[in-house]
Amino acid sequence: MSSSDEHLAAKALSQDMNRVASKATRTMRFMEVCGTHTMAIHSAGLKSLFPENVVMVSGPGCPVCVTEKGFIDQAILTAKRYDACLTTFGDLVRVPGSAGSLATFRAEGGRVRVVYSPLDCIGIAAQEAPRPTVFLGVGFETTIPTVAATLKAALSNGVDNLFVISAFKTIHPPLKILAAKEDLHGFLLPGHVSAILGSDCYQYLARDFHKPGVVAGFEPLDILLALRDLVRLSVSGSAEIVNGYRRVVRSEGNPTARAIIDEVLEPSDASWRGLGVIPGSGLALKGPYRKFDASVHLPVEVPPTKDDPRCQCAAILTGARSPDKCGLFGKECTPEDPVGPCMVSSEGTCAAYYKYGAA
Amino acid sequence: MCLAIPMKLIEITGEGTGKVDAGGIKTDVSLVMVPQAQVGDYLIIHAGFGIEVLDHEEAGIRIELFKELAEATRTLEEL
Repeated sequence: MSSSDEHLAAKALSQDMNRVASKATRTMRFMEVCGTHTMAIHSAGLKSLFPENVVMVSGPGCPVCVTEKGFIDQAILTAKRYDACLTTFGDLVRVPGSAGSLATFRAEGGRVRVVYSPLDCIGIAAQEAPRPTVFLGVGFETTIPTVAATLKAALSNGVDNLFVISAFKTIHPPLKILAAKEDLHGFLLPGHVSAILGSDCYQYLARDFHKPGVVAGFEPLDILLALRDLVRLSVSGSAEIVNGYRRVVRSEGNPTARAIIDEVLEPSDASWRGLGVIPGSGLALKGPYRKFDASVHLPVEVPPTKDDPRCQCAAILTGARSPDKCGLFGKECTPEDPVGPCMVSSEGTCAAYYKYGAA
Repeated sequence: MCLAIPMKLIEITGEGTGKVDAGGIKTDVSLVMVPQAQVGDYLIIHAGFGIEVLDHEEAGIRIELFKELAEATRTLEEL
């Protein structure tokens, strides 16, 4: 497709969306659940194409943003206490803990290695042996099976110095909490989490909460198409789940990936920044895979953490406030010197607003 | 963090492993989540794993839809 075709298709979708939205009797507030969508919307400048009475708020689907400060503290304390090598996705490196980030820990001589794939940890563990290698496990259902598959390989290869601190999170429990909010009228549902979970799994949004949801891809046209459909559903009062990313997302998802998750992990309670502890919203290692659990085999005492009381990340993660309403935003809190995780993560709402502006 | 990109599977290199290519950039990936993948398929790659096989037919339908939308807009603007 030529770029002029793309431009014209975007225009058509925007016009259609605006025409339908003009019939709405209220301002429509939709949540984009996934942080990768947040970034895609801002970086493509899509907000300027949205109808005036459509407000997009960001949800809790940025793994770095919803991870509690105590997780960073636990990682650094574990590395110090057991002379461990920490392995992590790059996104986490600059997130502030109570006494500095992984970046500052590394600058002080700590061992922190950034990996592209969890599989890299197996080679790193061999290089670092007998020192323990501790992988910082954050992410949703897109990432979780990649870690689970890595641990399956580690188990069959007899790797015994690899550990994981699990802060994995599953998307349905917070979505159910958010779906109950009266001021949220529909959901732009995550694309790659849905590749694993399928598009059928969101039916409860329609059935129990009477809210529409559209699974969206990540190209600008995918997002415009999904939002156009969401506006249509909302204006007509139809609570339906639509799969707008059919080239990747099957209605049943990827059962092979889910079986890998189920073999290695089981539901546990998890603490979310902004939402608190949600029962059953995390995942813990189970059965023979408990041998990789850093919290069990490399225990540390993590002191209670305190967030800066002025930081609005909690409200931002639940769509209750926009970044520009936070007093720290752009002043004391910038991507270079972040206070809260929403400014650190490249997918954080605050980082997106800072980089691309509110519009 | 859920960024994933389509890459073409160009070789099955072992049991559950393959080589993918996007614009000349080649990399090894795990195929354990996409055991049905065949050489020539486009895979959605996340963190070194193929997480799904791109559905060609659906990809074609999508392109056609956008082309039709573009054509309709072009016609309207020419009127």
